[in-house]
Amino acid sequence: MNHQFELPSSYKKWTWGLIGAGAIAVLYGIIMFHPFAAPAAHGHGGAHEAADSGTRFWATLLQNSVFWLLVVNAAMFFICVTTMAMGGWQVALRRVPEAISSVVPILGIVTFVVLMGIVLFGRTDIFHWLDAEAVKHDKILNGKKGFLNPTFFTIWSAISIFMWWFLGKKMRTLSLESDKNGQMDYATGKKWIFKNTVWASLYCVFFGLSVASTIPWLWLMSIDPHWYSTMYSWYTFASSFVSGMSLIAIFVVFLKNKGYLEYVTEEHLHDVGKFMFAFSVFWTYLWFSQYMLIWYSNQPEETKYFIERIGTAEKTGPYNTLFFVNLAMNFLCPLLILMKRGAKRNWTLLTIMAVLIIVGHWIDFYQMVMPGTVKAHPKFGIFEIGIPMLFIGLIMLGVGKYLSKHSLLMKNHPFLKESMIHHT
Amino acid sequence: MAGGIKKFVVGSFDDEAVLFPAVKNVRKAGYKIHDVYTPFPIHGLDHAMGLRETSLHTAGFIFAATGTTTALSCISWIFTKDWPLNIGGKPNFALPAWIPITFELTVLFSAVGMVLTFCYLCQLSPFIKKHHFHARATDDLFVMAIECTDKTDDAELQSFLEKAGAKEINIQVAETGWWIGRYDKEQKLYREEKGY
Repeated sequence: MNHQFELPSSYKKWTWGLIGAGAIAVLYGIIMFHPFAAPAAHGHGGAHEAADSGTRFWATLLQNSVFWLLVVNAAMFFICVTTMAMGGWQVALRRVPEAISSVVPILGIVTFVVLMGIVLFGRTDIFHWLDAEAVKHDKILNGKKGFLNPTFFTIWSAISIFMWWFLGKKMRTLSLESDKNGQMDYATGKKWIFKNTVWASLYCVFFGLSVASTIPWLWLMSIDPHWYSTMYSWYTFASSFVSGMSLIAIFVVFLKNKGYLEYVTEEHLHDVGKFMFAFSVFWTYLWFSQYMLIWYSNQPEETKYFIERIGTAEKTGPYNTLFFVNLAMNFLCPLLILMKRGAKRNWTLLTIMAVLIIVGHWIDFYQMVMPGTVKAHPKFGIFEIGIPMLFIGLIMLGVGKYLSKHSLLMKNHPFLKESMIHHT
Repeated sequence: MAGGIKKFVVGSFDDEAVLFPAVKNVRKAGYKIHDVYTPFPIHGLDHAMGLRETSLHTAGFIFAATGTTTALSCISWIFTKDWPLNIGGKPNFALPAWIPITFELTVLFSAVGMVLTFCYLCQLSPFIKKHHFHARATDDLFVMAIECTDKTDDAELQSFLEKAGAKEINIQVAETGWWIGRYDKEQKLYREEKGY
């Protein structure tokens, strides 16, 4: 069987079509929304239409770049946790998450440009704490000044993106090196596995310091700088990890349909499906823990976050429907549909669920970013549809490049046999 | 539960690597395997024996749904109809506060229900007795019981098992179901038919 993937021409067409559509959307945004003009004064967003659309431009770019970057980064996290757990089952499909994680530098640069754009153009409508004058007179923001300031924001964002790329690159290099040197004997294999474990654990530690804590605080939670939630980062991580697993599932099914990945069977798909199911429930657990505690204690500074979304008993908020659609898509559907063993082993059904989960968590990020930025005037038009196309196109480009450049099978991985005979 | 008294040819194996091909060959030859008793769970044996997928999951789902319904209907009736209380100014129908309890009852119902269902399916219960084909099936022997129909040639089957690698072969006539009784009291519902 052929382990060398050749990009089908339809794949290339789709890739460039999506990137083209996305690029047009960005141009459209730059021309129509005046994103480089100074933002309207904070709190009067609704009155100034022109300034409002600039907010829309940056908010949409922020939502998409952060979401897709965290999703592709989750693929490397998957590799690292399975490596550290001495997992063997994923070896037959390991090149797929590797390929997805190879997009981290591209999306990392895009995200960094967007974040720097927000900082340099002083978009106080996105990050209120960028307004030095307001921070001075604001007791809470003044207290958070050591963390929420442009210098720390820039440095830590740069370090995080660099480390995700660097540590991920190390893992990919180790994987590709193993292809060259033929079957490993016991001692070499042991050493190679140990080396993998060391780099994987370094990645995981840094992942804990960035994705599972500081990065969502900086990039997303600081949109509502007065509000805070200790569940927020884990909740964001769960969102991105479950979408990452779904993305892996989609690419595995795609390659399988094209006749590649000989050793990947429904047993492996079943395990990917279990991750999708389990982390959907995990996401809900965090989502609910955050919601319920705030609802219960009813502190004005905390409930503000949910009032902006759901509204109050007297007046429903503009994001009310979306808020509950989010819960239905990301909890009820995966719970009820993916619960059955047969559903996780069904290639078609799992693909549909994977798409649903990714769209669901994209919506989740939408309702994380939008209420604090464009406030009660959410707009959903060509621009909001075009921007994710750009990111999907970029992911397809990077993944396609990696998969067609390298063998689809880690033929010398010591655990390959375990993966081949894997059954649940 | 009366399963009826039936005749079995019982083969005991001391190695699971021998047991697997034996199970396959016995099935291929057309004999009807009553059950295989092993000291520990063996991965893939159910497939080798051609057992259907268990419905225990479905039972679990039904128990869980019962738990959810019980919790929600119970709490909502108590807090909105039977004894409405003002707790911290929250509405009487305070769904978020009920979710943890609903979740716990869901888990409790499905866990307890599934354990009981499992015990029922395996015919495990205190004060219930079952025939054991070999006492060492719980220790170090893999015991295969093959049901004899009126068309089965016992002698042929015995030599077939011997060839398949069975260490011990005998014929037993036994009650397949369970009956009320205790293991510390000798009580037989079947005839010993040794010396075939």
